[in-house]
Amino acid sequence: MNSLGDQIRAYLPYQRRNAASLALLAFAMVLTLSAFAEVGLARDGNIPSGLFVYGGGLVVLAMAAYVVQAKFAPYADPLLLPLAVALNGLGLAMIYRLDLDTSRDHKVAEMAGKKLISDEANAGGQLMWTFVGIALFVTAVLIMRDTDRPDAKFSFTPKTAQRYTYIIGLGAIILLLLPIVPGIGASINGARVWIRVAGFSVQPGEFAKLLLVVFFAGYLVNKRQAMSLIGKKVGPISLPRARDLGPILVIWFFSLGVLFMQKDLGTALLYFGLFISMLYIATQRVSWVVIGLGLLAVGVFVATQLPFMGHVNQRIDIWQNPKPYFDGGCLLDSGKVVPVNPDTDLYKQAKAAGSSYPGFTACDKLGGEYSDSAQLMKGMFALGEGGVLGTGLGQGEPWRTPLSFSDFIFDSMGEELGLTGLMAILLVYALIVQRGMKTAVAARDPFLKLFAGGVSFVVALQVFVIVGGVTKLIPLTGLTTPFLSQGGSSLMANWILIAILVRMSHDARKPAPQAIQDEGMTQIVSTR
Amino acid sequence: MSEFTLTLIKLAFLAVLWLFVIAAVGVIRADLFGSKAATKAAERAAAPRPQKAPRAPKPPRTPRGGGNAPTKLVVVQGERSGTVINLTDAPITIGRAHDATLMVTDDYASSRHARLYAQNGQWIVEDLGSTNGTYLGRTKVTRPMPIPPGVPVRIGKTVIELRK
Repeated sequence: MNSLGDQIRAYLPYQRRNAASLALLAFAMVLTLSAFAEVGLARDGNIPSGLFVYGGGLVVLAMAAYVVQAKFAPYADPLLLPLAVALNGLGLAMIYRLDLDTSRDHKVAEMAGKKLISDEANAGGQLMWTFVGIALFVTAVLIMRDTDRPDAKFSFTPKTAQRYTYIIGLGAIILLLLPIVPGIGASINGARVWIRVAGFSVQPGEFAKLLLVVFFAGYLVNKRQAMSLIGKKVGPISLPRARDLGPILVIWFFSLGVLFMQKDLGTALLYFGLFISMLYIATQRVSWVVIGLGLLAVGVFVATQLPFMGHVNQRIDIWQNPKPYFDGGCLLDSGKVVPVNPDTDLYKQAKAAGSSYPGFTACDKLGGEYSDSAQLMKGMFALGEGGVLGTGLGQGEPWRTPLSFSDFIFDSMGEELGLTGLMAILLVYALIVQRGMKTAVAARDPFLKLFAGGVSFVVALQVFVIVGGVTKLIPLTGLTTPFLSQGGSSLMANWILIAILVRMSHDARKPAPQAIQDEGMTQIVSTR
Repeated sequence: MSEFTLTLIKLAFLAVLWLFVIAAVGVIRADLFGSKAATKAAERAAAPRPQKAPRAPKPPRTPRGGGNAPTKLVVVQGERSGTVINLTDAPITIGRAHDATLMVTDDYASSRHARLYAQNGQWIVEDLGSTNGTYLGRTKVTRPMPIPPGVPVRIGKTVIELRK
């Protein structure tokens, strides 16, 4: 595992690329500011005031992050920070743009004496969370020291986490289970992934995924040799020993537990996929991937067959056939779908009976599971409306989709930036993942290798699950789109993730310490 | 704002978005293949302190391809079999330690087992006080010994060879 990184280092004497980083960061600023400008020009015909507040705020924050990175992690990968800032800025511009519309609709609704929607886009809140996120980034870069100076005072490196592998694993499980604890757990939009703390709703899963990466990395560093070398060879794939199957089964049961208890297919897919990919990085054995995918398929199949898994079942049914569910549909036990949208008699009867949720009540009477595919379908309509070039920022109607600022922000982007813009956004994600993987290849320590590889995979998997969901490639599950979605938990967790990658890439890319004597005879013995 | 202006603004924004992606890819490209600016910066960084760079003042031992100096180290046996390390002037350490150039995971190897270094165009192997010893061919390495090309060096279960 060591020599590949060393060979790359031998071939490529890495340089400080702070100038490139700063130039790209400036470019990301231009991108963000022009997004705000386009929103204003399209809507009011002049540069919006939000440009100075939100755009300016982001510029200041990003510059602070850059200064800290350039001073304390000068050899860090030059791309990570600008890419993250670009995504954060684009998301902020889109949320600002949705905020303008929804707050207007909200006022109209208020004047008519009714409440429109509880959730809405909130650009000010998002800017505040961006501030918190970047502050966490700065703190994390400052706290984490170079890995090869463990004797430094108050040293905390990404490698320190290896010492607390199992405690961190326990912490991850506790965080994951918090939402189902009665009292603090909260169910929003059918998925129990929230807790309420001091007036804020927090998604602990966003942080748990980072802790899980640490746990998996620490565990696999110890076990990878047994898992990669021992086993019978059957045909092209070599099977592992039964006892090495233990951990994968535990994670499998756990992921299925998340699926059953929290009814969140995407989260289960994220955690299990993460474990399988890290197992593959650690062992380089294809059989683990085959076994993992097989287990996942079995698990999901069983989940769809169980009668009490209504929510998951319905999401799969909606994925295959969303039309009858538009504005409300009712899945009966027989598998038949009865529409209960506002045009149907069932809905009108329930409404006449005085129900506040007529569709839901009507479905309850039929004894079926109520669900609504309007969100997914409206998202698809938005993508269709956008086409190849999009309507232009500020000129589409993305607010028509519920949650267009969080889960469905990718569809909102699709409507206004078109396929062209979406491809660019996906490429930015791909570049972040690629830089993370590059960091993993260049890292010298097996634990850091797995850590960096794991966090890159987390980003990749999460983008796949949510983007695949809102574009109807896979059944829809509620996950945040990293950096774009409105939400504090997601922004904080992702900024910490970028800070970890920045610190690790600095460690991996900085030149080896110079020999004290200049004869090349003395071996440099590190204190590690 | 006329329809036409808005369309232009829209296209301009998409162009900026893509230029950003292309610029980011350009930075990676410079990282991989080296850009003029990056090379210059590296030269500037190296120039003011030639004393500190240990290997800079030395003239290159032998030109690449000429002479009979080996250019690469090949692991021919053992867990890391197939690994190739290109030889520069830098010494190569072999052992179980994480910072060894060639890290072997082998119960018969010591943490800092052996060291290979170049001296006057000749590669020398030196045992660093390992428990199980280093063998050059069939002789145990007790003092620094020059490695003739093609002669295997055994370290625990790992066998390496120097090749041209």
